[in-house]
Amino acid sequence: MSDLTKLSAVELSGELSKGSVSAVEVTKAHLDRINSLDKSVQSFLHVDNAGALKQAEEVDKNRKENKKVSALAGVPLALKDVLTQKGIPTTCGSKILEGWIPPYDSTVVKNLKNAGIVILGKTNMDEFAMGSSTENSAYFPTKNPWDLTKIPGGSSGGSSAAVSAFFAPLGIGTDTGGSIRQPAAVTGIVGAKPSYGGVSRFGLVAFASSLDQAGPFARTVLDCAMLHEVMAGHDPLDSTSINQPVPDVVKAAQLQDVKGMKIGIIKELGGDGWQNGVLNRFNESVELLKSMGAQVKEISIPHSLYALATYYLIAPSEASSNLARFDGMRYGLRVDDGNLSAEEVMNKTREKGFGKEVKRRIMIGTYALSSGYYDAYYAQAQKVRALIAQDLTNAFKEVDVLISPTSPTTAWGLGERVNDPMAMYLADLATLPPSLAGIPAMSVPIGLADEDKLPVGLQIIAPFMNDDRMYRVGGAIEASLKTKWNGLLIDQAPALGGAK
Amino acid sequence: MSTYDQAIKKYDPVLGLETHVELSTNSKMFCGCSTEFGADPNKQTCPTCLGLPGSLPVANAIGIESTIRIGLALNCSIASYSRFARKNYFYPDMPKDFQTSQYDEPLCSNGYLDVLVDTDEGTKTFRVEIERVHLEEDTGKLTHAGGATGRIHGADYSLVDYNRAGIPLVEIVTKPVPDTGEYAPLVAKAYVTELRDLLRGLNVSDVRMEEGSLRCDVNLSLTPKGSKTWGTRTETKNVNSLRSVERAIRSEIERQSLELDKGNKIKQETRHFQEDTGTTRSGRSKVVAEEYRYFPEPDLVPIAPDKAWIEKLKKALPEQPSIRRTRLAKEWGFTDLEMRDVATLGGVDLIAQTIEQGTSPASARKWWAGELSGHASKADLELIDLKITPTDVARIDALVNEGKLTDKLARQVIEAVLNGEGNPDEVIKKRNLAVVSDDSALIPAIEAAIAANPDAAAKIREGKVQVVGVIVGAVMKTTGGSADAAKVRELVLKTLGQ
Repeated sequence: MSDLTKLSAVELSGELSKGSVSAVEVTKAHLDRINSLDKSVQSFLHVDNAGALKQAEEVDKNRKENKKVSALAGVPLALKDVLTQKGIPTTCGSKILEGWIPPYDSTVVKNLKNAGIVILGKTNMDEFAMGSSTENSAYFPTKNPWDLTKIPGGSSGGSSAAVSAFFAPLGIGTDTGGSIRQPAAVTGIVGAKPSYGGVSRFGLVAFASSLDQAGPFARTVLDCAMLHEVMAGHDPLDSTSINQPVPDVVKAAQLQDVKGMKIGIIKELGGDGWQNGVLNRFNESVELLKSMGAQVKEISIPHSLYALATYYLIAPSEASSNLARFDGMRYGLRVDDGNLSAEEVMNKTREKGFGKEVKRRIMIGTYALSSGYYDAYYAQAQKVRALIAQDLTNAFKEVDVLISPTSPTTAWGLGERVNDPMAMYLADLATLPPSLAGIPAMSVPIGLADEDKLPVGLQIIAPFMNDDRMYRVGGAIEASLKTKWNGLLIDQAPALGGAK
Repeated sequence: MSTYDQAIKKYDPVLGLETHVELSTNSKMFCGCSTEFGADPNKQTCPTCLGLPGSLPVANAIGIESTIRIGLALNCSIASYSRFARKNYFYPDMPKDFQTSQYDEPLCSNGYLDVLVDTDEGTKTFRVEIERVHLEEDTGKLTHAGGATGRIHGADYSLVDYNRAGIPLVEIVTKPVPDTGEYAPLVAKAYVTELRDLLRGLNVSDVRMEEGSLRCDVNLSLTPKGSKTWGTRTETKNVNSLRSVERAIRSEIERQSLELDKGNKIKQETRHFQEDTGTTRSGRSKVVAEEYRYFPEPDLVPIAPDKAWIEKLKKALPEQPSIRRTRLAKEWGFTDLEMRDVATLGGVDLIAQTIEQGTSPASARKWWAGELSGHASKADLELIDLKITPTDVARIDALVNEGKLTDKLARQVIEAVLNGEGNPDEVIKKRNLAVVSDDSALIPAIEAAIAANPDAAAKIREGKVQVVGVIVGAVMKTTGGSADAAKVRELVLKTLGQ
C-alpha cells in the first residue's frame, strides 16, 4: 500500500479490518508526510510521533487478539489545540498557555481514544479560537494547501489545512461562529458543527461558552459523519450536553437521495458584496439539488442581518469572563521579577501573554457587560439572538434544511485582512445565524471559484438535533459532484512540494 | 452617660446582616471533590474547582435542595426559574477569576425570621425581614506569610489552598432592619443565634463560626432622631462569633456617633472587626462602585424547581426552632428565660440529647448552662465544640446521683474529660476520683474533725443536729472532697449519739 495518506477514513478502516495494513503502518505514513511537508503548511503546533505510534500499536494488538474494535480504530486524526489531551501540551494558539500540560483528557479525546482513533498531534489555530484565518496564532500562520500564499480559514485552520494536505483523513475543530465551516469551505473539505450540546464541551478551552461546539473535519461526508458519531453523545460532565440519542448521521450520509426534501435558500445570505465565483457555484448547487428531486424555495431570515452585531457582543462578553483565569497565578505564562504584587503579576502576564485580537475582544466584552452598558449591549444582543433563533424555527416549519454559501469569498491572501478586523469578521456572515441559534450546520465543497480557482463551500443548516438531515443533503451533493468530477474536489488540489 | 447611651439618645441605628453558610454536602458545589474540613492543602481539588482550562461545572443537586429548604424555613418565596451568574473580579484565591454565584435571579427571596429580645418593657419580638437567599461557591483560602500583620500588605509571599474553593455557600441577606434602637446589638445577636439553630435543625450545615462554616458581615448606619433619610452604612467583616456580632455593632454605633457628633461624614467602606480590642478598623474603601460585570453563567442550565417538589420539601421541614423551644420548655419545666439562655448558648440539642439518656431536665440544664458554659466562654468556644458529649454528661450526672461522685469530684471529672483524658469512667479510674463511702476509711477523719470542733460536737450531743454541717464540712475538707457527704453526716451523727 504505497499511498495510505490518500485514502479516506472509510477506506483505511476497510484495509485495517481486512488486515492488509496495520495501524502502525497507517500512522507512520501520515507522520512521515507531516514530518516532510508540514514545514510549508505549518498546520501542526505539536506532533506527537511517539504517542501516536503507541496508540497505533495498541490498536494492532487489540486486533491481533481479536478484541472488538470500532470502525475507525487505527485511523489517524489531527486535533485542534483547544481540546485537552492528558500529558500533551495545549496552548490554544496563545503564549499565555505556553508550557501548560493538561492533567486530564477532554471528553472528545476520551471518546476518540475509546474508538482507537490515533491522535497525531495538536493543530494550529487563531489564539483562543478568535479569528477566521489562523493568522492570530501566537506561534505562526498556517497556509492553505491549495495555495500557500492564502489563508486556510480559521479559527480551526490548522485542522482544515492538515486534512486538505492529506496529513490526516480526519480532523477536529471547534466552531463558535463558523470556525469549522469556513476553514472547511476555503480548503475544499467537509466540516460540520453539530447541534449545540451534541458534543461535550468538557475539556474544550472556552472562548464563548454558549456558542462553542467541537465538530469533525474530513475529506468525505461519510468520513465526517463517522467521526461525528464517535465524538457526540451525552456527557454528565457538561451541564449543557443534550441527553438524547445521537442523530443517525452515518446512515443519512449514505442515503444519497434528496428526492422530496424541502430546501430553503436564505434570501439575506448572498447578493451584493459576495464573490461572483462563490455565487456561481452556489447557484449551480441549487440547480443540482432541484435536478435530484428536491423542492427548493427562497426563505427570509430577517434578523440574520443583525447576526454579526449580536455575535460580536455575546461572544466577546463571554470571552472576557472565560479568559480571566489566565492570570499567571496557577499555570502557563507568569511575568514576575519577584518584587511585584499579585495584581501587577496578573496585569503584566496578561499584557504580555495575550495577542492583539484577544485583547480587543476582552475589551469589547468587558465594556458590554459593565453596569450602565449591560442592558444596551449584552441584554439587547440576547434578545436579538432569540429573534434570530425564532426566525430559523419558523423557517423549519416550511423547509427541512436551509442552505447558503458558507462564506462570502474564497481564501484570501495571507496578511490581507490582518489590519482590518471588520473585513475579517465578515467572513463569518453566513455561519453566524446557526451558531447563535445553536442548530447544526455543515460545509461541503461545491467547486472552485472562476476568478481564483479556489474552493467554495455550501452551508447546509438543519433544525436542532436533526444533524442527520444536513448529512443527507451533503452526501447526496457530494455523490453527484463526484460523478461529475470523477473524484473529490480535494483530488484537484495541487501537489505539496512535488510530493504528491 | 456612656458613649453608647448618648449615641442611642441621638441616633437610630439601622442594621443589616449578610450571613454566609457553608453547606455540609459531601461534595463541592460544581464538582465531585470532598468538602471535608482539615485536609492537607490542595488535596481536595480537581480540574473543575481549580478552574483549569476546559473544565466545566455541574451543579450539586443537594446544594440546590438545601438552599431551597433554608429559604422555606425562612418563609421565603422560591423562584420558579432561577439562574447562576458569574461575578467577575480578579483575586488569587478565585481559580477562575469569577465566582459562580447568583445575581438577579436568586433561588429564594422575601422571607422573615422573628427573634425574641429582652427589653425594659419585657420580652419583645423583632421581625427581621429576609431580602434573599442565594447559592454560590466559596473561594480558596489565602495565607499571607512573612509580614507582621498576617495581611496581604507587607507579606513576603502568599499561599493559596483551594480545598475550600467550590464548597457550596449560601448567602442570606436581610433587608435593612430599622427601629431596634438600643437593642440593635441584641437583635443582631438573637438573629444570628436563631439562624444558627434553624440551620442546625435543617441539618444543612455544621454552622461552626470558628471554622468559618457560618460567617457574618454586619451593615450599620445611624440616622439622626427625627430624620427620614438613613445614614451612610459601613460593612463590617470578620465577625466570627455570636459575642462578636453584638460587640461589633455596639462598637460601630459608638464610632459612627462620635464621627457624626464631630460633624464628620461616615465613609461608605468595608471595616474589619478586631477580636482583641472589640472595635472595627477601616478596610477597603467602597467609594468606587463595585463593578462585577454579572451575567448569567452559560456553562450551567437554569434551575426550574417543580412546585410539587417544593411543597414536599416544605412539608418535610423540621419544627421551627422557636416553636420547638416553646414545646420543650413546657416539657422540661424551664421558664422562658431559662430556655432563652439555653438557646443562646446553643445548648438546646445538647440538653435534649442528655435528657434522652436519662438525666433530669433540671440536672441537664445545670451541667450545660451552669457548669460547661463557663468552660466554653473561657475557651472562647461554643458549647457544641467542647470535647464532651451528652453521653459523658449523662454518665457524670448518674454517678453523682448514685453517690459515686460529689459535685466537686464531678467538676474534676469534667475538666479531665475536656482535657481529652478519656470518658468519665476512664478519668475516674485514672485519677482515682471515686467517692469514699467506706466507714473504716472515714472514721479517722470524722474523729479528727470532732476533736477539732469540740463546741459543735457538744451542741450535737445536746440534740442541736443542725450544727452537723460544721463537722461534715471539716471532714470533706480533709478528704479533699472525695467523701460521700451523706454518708459522712450519717456517721458523724451516729458517733455523737444521735
